[in-house]
Amino acid sequence: MRIGKEFTKGVIAENPLFVQVLGTCPALAVTTSVNNALGMGVAFTAVLVCSNLVISILRKAVPSDIRIPSYIVVIASFVTMIEMIMNAFSPALYSALGIFIPLIVVNCVILGRAEAFAGKNAALPSIADGLGMGLGYTLAIVAVSSIREILGAGTFLGYPILGSAYEPILIMILPAGAFITMGFLFAGMNIINRRQAAKKEVM
Amino acid sequence: MELFALIFGSIFISNIVLAQFLGICPFLGVSKDIKSAFGMGLSVMFVMILSSTICWLVYTFLLVRFDLEYLKTIAFILTIAALVQLLEMFLKKNVPALYKSMGVYLPLITTNCAILGIALLNIQENYNLIYTLANAFANSAGFTLALVLMAGIRERLDEADVPDAMKGLPIVFFVASSMGLAFVGFTGMI
Repeated sequence: MRIGKEFTKGVIAENPLFVQVLGTCPALAVTTSVNNALGMGVAFTAVLVCSNLVISILRKAVPSDIRIPSYIVVIASFVTMIEMIMNAFSPALYSALGIFIPLIVVNCVILGRAEAFAGKNAALPSIADGLGMGLGYTLAIVAVSSIREILGAGTFLGYPILGSAYEPILIMILPAGAFITMGFLFAGMNIINRRQAAKKEVM
Repeated sequence: MELFALIFGSIFISNIVLAQFLGICPFLGVSKDIKSAFGMGLSVMFVMILSSTICWLVYTFLLVRFDLEYLKTIAFILTIAALVQLLEMFLKKNVPALYKSMGVYLPLITTNCAILGIALLNIQENYNLIYTLANAFANSAGFTLALVLMAGIRERLDEADVPDAMKGLPIVFFVASSMGLAFVGFTGMI
């Protein structure tokens, strides 16, 4: 029961991108197409689950003074592995994501989960937490990239869906479009939060 | 001339924050007033130039020599973390005045993706030491510029009548997008 709860909290209630506002750099940079966002999400989730697992197993062996450097080493090792696997099996995706694969190391979500959860909990809940947070982050960047790809190129996952009469809004693919999309999504989050707070007051 | 093109290009055309999306966290977090934005910018400049140089040396003289290139991500992040830690201790002891103005930003800098990102890009682009230095300087100058401009706009925004739902982060994203568009205007100058 508890493990299920650790899994679901990351998806909506504590969504890393929209609620905790962590990991915004890749969310802006790799969301030019749904394909890139999915690749980033999978790589991110794999690193997060593995590092959460190892850190929770080692949590009693690591002295608390040097826990941050040791977390970083664990995370960097898994990132290097993912980097090599992606380079070997999907070179196109690897070159599209470029510098942002090694930069998973400094993604605040992963270090944040290590510090806030995996360093204090047993292995199984940590895996569930990692999977949930990874899924939540993946869904969030896929949402951002869907908006950008559909409006900016008229396609979804590379398939044209808006017909040939649609004139793509080029700005959505440009860096400025990333900021605009995030601005609207965060404004939407603000409205939802406000409504919920208002509802609570009435009750 | 080529060096000038690199510096101008990194500051304006492919600005590290607005076009390459590195260092978004401090860009959103530490841009509430000009003074702290400037402090953060200068700290990043200091650390980025130092860490890019040291990472370049580590890569060229240690990793390449022993065929360990694939370890660069781990080696660089450890170098940066150690460097920031040492710098903090050194400043605290020897230059307390500087520590007071820079100290609060230093711990944040280890996990600033701009620092690691530029260190990795220098290697990826095969820059020599002079280009590495120029690239680190130009990118951190671009970071400072974006941060200070954003802080200036945000100071004015405090007085502005922003729609309720746009208050806080959303309006900052919209300002950033206009800034990004403005910087696109520099494309083609070189």
